[in-house]
Amino acid sequence: MSMTLKLRTAPEVPLEAEVIRPDSLSGKSEKEIAALPLLYGNRHAELGEFFAVSGRADGELHVEGELSKVKHIGAGMTAGKLVVHGDVGSHLGSVMTGGEIEVQGNAGDWVGPEMQGGRIVVKGNAGHMVGSAYRGSQMGMMDGEIIIHGSAGNETGSAMRNGLIAIAGDCGDFAGVNMLAGTIVVLGKIGVRFGAGMKRGSIVTMHEAEVLPTFTYACTYRPTFLRLYLYRLRNIGLEIADAYVTGPYKRWSGDAVALNRGEALIYDG
Amino acid sequence: MQIQSTEIVDTFAEAFKMWGARVVITGEDRDWAMAAANAMTGFATSVIGCKCEAGVEREVPASETPDGRPGVSVLLFSTSAESLGKRLVERVGQCVMTCPTTACFDGLEAADSVVVGGALRFFGDGYQIRKKLNGRRMWRVPVMDGEFLVDERFSVQPAVGGGNLLILAADMPEALSAAKAAVAAMRGVPGVILPFPNGVVRSGSKVGSRYKTLPASTNDAYCPTLRGFAPQTDLPDGVTCVLEIVIDGLDVAGVEEAMRRGMKAAAGKGVVRISAGNYGGTLGQFKIGLHGLLN
Repeated sequence: MSMTLKLRTAPEVPLEAEVIRPDSLSGKSEKEIAALPLLYGNRHAELGEFFAVSGRADGELHVEGELSKVKHIGAGMTAGKLVVHGDVGSHLGSVMTGGEIEVQGNAGDWVGPEMQGGRIVVKGNAGHMVGSAYRGSQMGMMDGEIIIHGSAGNETGSAMRNGLIAIAGDCGDFAGVNMLAGTIVVLGKIGVRFGAGMKRGSIVTMHEAEVLPTFTYACTYRPTFLRLYLYRLRNIGLEIADAYVTGPYKRWSGDAVALNRGEALIYDG
Repeated sequence: MQIQSTEIVDTFAEAFKMWGARVVITGEDRDWAMAAANAMTGFATSVIGCKCEAGVEREVPASETPDGRPGVSVLLFSTSAESLGKRLVERVGQCVMTCPTTACFDGLEAADSVVVGGALRFFGDGYQIRKKLNGRRMWRVPVMDGEFLVDERFSVQPAVGGGNLLILAADMPEALSAAKAAVAAMRGVPGVILPFPNGVVRSGSKVGSRYKTLPASTNDAYCPTLRGFAPQTDLPDGVTCVLEIVIDGLDVAGVEEAMRRGMKAAAGKGVVRISAGNYGGTLGQFKIGLHGLLN
């Protein structure tokens, strides 16, 4: 039996709820969980003020309600499954190291910042800074997978170090800015200045895109490694056309203002 | 014990502990994948002279390979995990990376692993790219037709080498026919390879030699030209040709199943006797009795 937290009092200001994660709730009683601390605006609160708690915490946690002002859900999560039924606020799964988060609605900014493992799946859209580094930080996402079924905002994968970000819809500007390694796949259209300052890593897009002048065209080829990535995305629920799997891609090397070991792969079918 | 007119000798095959790996090679089409597999499994008949034993396990349909291209599964065996790692680096590097369009993946799930792509990456001279997907670490090595994709590590597991059957026939055509039939039946067993040419070896060996530097020499007891001349012969009257089938497998159950199928397929007209090679049970860790397999 899983546990359900149902929002009964919609917050008027942001509610910081990093205690809402399946691994840290496991083994606690409903009463103990209701007493867990939250930060509501600038005052301390208890989880039970906002959420009705039911069920048994056994590693699977469901959160229900209008949660777009609830931040830091799943932050630091290490294991288990967290399902958000509806929209969710910013900093979802921040610095998480394991487990899986599924959002059945939209997510705010900062989905999976500096994530180190596990998987986040957002069935709707996501805001800016998906899988990014926090401001002033050297590295963004270190490992794991972030799958956005809708679109995402700007600076997706900023300074990411490893892992996979897939955007089924469109992606904003500056995707993979200062990227260190890892892979970003955008099935829709990608914004301008993607890969700016990237050292290593792969940015893949399925539509014509404006490449920075500091990238160099190498060749048009069929990258074998990409087939594995696209099969993986297909296996976890994204629609991937066969043509994308087998088709040719233009390879651009960049960014020459940095290490120049990164690549942009643009579908050329 | 008889199968049709063939006597099954009440003896056992003496097999040895080895270490095994499964390599899945894919290519633009089946032919390129098979070309790499054939190169990789060439000169890999016996650990005594080749440092490893290898063979094609099966063709793998595109729907089952990691990159969705046609593939070939190769099994490779050696005497230790360390030796197997070295052989993998040599053979993947020289036979698969060199072959147009191919990629090379670990095809086994085991607790132990050895570095392969992680060593071959240096061929990329700094241009190689590391990728990690869902726990799988791979290297993209730039080559002249694009990129060679190879897993960083390959799993290795304890395995069994040296299962064998001896087919004693009245003459060579009947021995060849029986051996071919046995090989065809045995190749359907998963996790098993027959490392010799077409699965068959004529130069069966005994341990030791009158020459000090040789660890093995011809199995004179089964050489028809030495009947009455060598100190001992194990050939019954009417036998003029003996062929051996050596079996390596990822586990003993696979080797046993292959031997069972092989005996049933080989027995019949012209095959006087089916036996197995052993060293009195003093050297190998596995003793696979022929009668036990058929009971």
